[in-house]
Amino acid sequence: MQPLSRHRGIVIPFDRANIDTDMLLPKQYLKSLDAYGFGDFLFDDERYLDHGEIDTPVANRRINPGFVLNRAPYRHGTVVLAQANFGCGSSREHAVWALRDFGVRVLVAPSYGDIFRDNCFNNGLLAIVVEQPVVDRLFQLVRSRNVVEVDVDVAAGTLAVADETWKFMLEEGRRQNLLEGLDQVGETLMLADRIRCYEQRRRAAEPWVFRHTRQDPD
Amino acid sequence: MTARTLYDKLWDSHCVAELPDGSSLLYIDLHLLHEVTSPQAFSNLRRAGRKPWRVDAALATPDHNVPTVLRELGLGGFDDPIARRQVDVLERNCHEFGVPLFPLGDVRQGIVHVVGPEQGLTLPGMTVVCGDSHTATHGALAALAYGIGSSEVEHVLATQTLRGRKSKNMAVVVDGVLGEGVVAKDLALHLIGRIGTAGASGHAIEFRGDGIGALSMEARMTLCNMSIEAGARVGLVAYDRVTQAYVKDRPFAPAGPQWAGAVRHWQDLHSDHDAHFDRIVGIRAEDVAPCVSWGTSPEMVVPISGAVPQLHEARDDVQRGDWSRAMAYMGLEAGRPIHGTPIDKVFVGSCTNARIEDLRAAARVLRGRRIDPRIKLALVVPGSGLVALQAEHEGLDEVFTAAGFEWRAPGCSMCLGMNADRLEPGERCASTSNRNFEGRQGRGGRTHLMSPAMAAAAAVAGAIVDVREL
Ligand code: SF4
Repeated sequence: MQPLSRHRGIVIPFDRANIDTDMLLPKQYLKSLDAYGFGDFLFDDERYLDHGEIDTPVANRRINPGFVLNRAPYRHGTVVLAQANFGCGSSREHAVWALRDFGVRVLVAPSYGDIFRDNCFNNGLLAIVVEQPVVDRLFQLVRSRNVVEVDVDVAAGTLAVADETWKFMLEEGRRQNLLEGLDQVGETLMLADRIRCYEQRRRAAEPWVFRHTRQDPD
Repeated sequence: MTARTLYDKLWDSHCVAELPDGSSLLYIDLHLLHEVTSPQAFSNLRRAGRKPWRVDAALATPDHNVPTVLRELGLGGFDDPIARRQVDVLERNCHEFGVPLFPLGDVRQGIVHVVGPEQGLTLPGMTVVCGDSHTATHGALAALAYGIGSSEVEHVLATQTLRGRKSKNMAVVVDGVLGEGVVAKDLALHLIGRIGTAGASGHAIEFRGDGIGALSMEARMTLCNMSIEAGARVGLVAYDRVTQAYVKDRPFAPAGPQWAGAVRHWQDLHSDHDAHFDRIVGIRAEDVAPCVSWGTSPEMVVPISGAVPQLHEARDDVQRGDWSRAMAYMGLEAGRPIHGTPIDKVFVGSCTNARIEDLRAAARVLRGRRIDPRIKLALVVPGSGLVALQAEHEGLDEVFTAAGFEWRAPGCSMCLGMNADRLEPGERCASTSNRNFEGRQGRGGRTHLMSPAMAAAAAVAGAIVDVREL
């Protein structure tokens, strides 16, 4: 996972609530065995006028020229701005991989699907929660200026456009992970003794929890 | 000790460590895997040279992209080579890492969330995770169950734990008993229509009240299943006699002397009477009617007597925009009554509504009737091989086929349309699944969520109708 401390990028506006992960990445791409290579399929149903499958060459597809991701300057955008409950629905981490592969590093919305937000941080994407008035102001700026670049400072927890700056809250663990790009599994395995200790206690108290899937049922 | 909710108790009893950053490390008792969200996790494990921590806490079964026909051919029954490869890779990964698997052709194969409880793998008091958002289903058994992403699938495989932050507690209290023809699916849709798809985000929902106590275990699963559509990662129902009766004698449930110990232990799996909930939503069961979704989000729901809303009724501009987009996508104009909306396809299936009681409810409506000739395709896809077997034993398959339905093999099928079962652009579907998102059942497809009996009634009428009038 790539660390993230500061980021400056163009905002891609999605002035809709409840954008779900099916919309971010339709099901046919979930057949991939990889965690990379989804950037061309982000918002696939809206981005193209035809249906694509995982093995359809993108060069052969019909582009929907009006869609935001196909328009300059947004096609070079790296900061998603959206309304409430962004990333709701399916747990597919592929949706986050698609955002990441497209180039997105930061998201700004009033709220997110809980699983989606965890998936973001697990892939080094910063999903910022801000109050509705801040979101409204950002949309206003995008509408009036067309191109809006934001500056994000992870350590300071600030988001800035030109001379306007907002603070955002970030859980401390997530901030550390973003800044350092830690291998979470490796970190947890350093607690292996505690996990074993817990297992011993649990096994004594609730042995049935440990007579499990491999055992042939009686 | 302070009074605790069921969620608090489950959280506390699985907490391995409090981490310095304020999160907790939770022990995971059961990890369910399927072909779509696990390959990357296994690859990473292999790349890092790591082994699964405890394979006997895991179980895999293919469900998301399996075909629902030609099952006797196994992998040979796939006409989609990419889907076949994914199921093949699941089998290889399971063999390589020693993870138990119910493969295609095993009568126990099915949708993960149907299989876990059915086998007694999911037990009260457990933590259950799966790379699938509808894992909340298992919360019906008083288990702390939630969906995770593929990175977390890898984390559980490697460490048997997950890092997490505790959600807030929310109670949904249902008073009274649901009326004739009104079922758990209607309750779920009613709730989501009322609080919205983000209504419970950041919360764990506990469904409570005499209305919940009166529900069967399978109905409770339907309800907990759709917690995620209300924004909650977790849905829960306290342990009671219904839970106990359901779990008893399941293949992997504790037996013999262990059973008594387990039952004693499980008695505590309820919220203390003075436990604090951060939020409480009350529902009077008598206010719940059969519900149908009209739009492209599960919160866009009306009772069967209702109509597509008028744009001026929207809460704000954002919602107005979402509604008008949904109306255009669904091909429905504002103010149009939902009753009488013509249907092209019918789908009875999914982890929400593909258990035996669901099939019975649909079959009850179909017995002695035929589907309307305008229906292009009506599918019934049992949740597991064992559900199918039971249904066949009861003769339900014949009721379905006599009515004009196709009786298929278990899997997710048209709930998400990864296999060949899907909607064509513009086709309208009466579906017992859980999501009506744009393109969910096929690009351009239009989904109306409803209960199994309502879907069967729509099949018979060729249009959305009130099952109580049939
Ligand atoms: S039936 Fe649908 S919702 Fe349930 S696990 Fe399968 S795809 Fe997901």
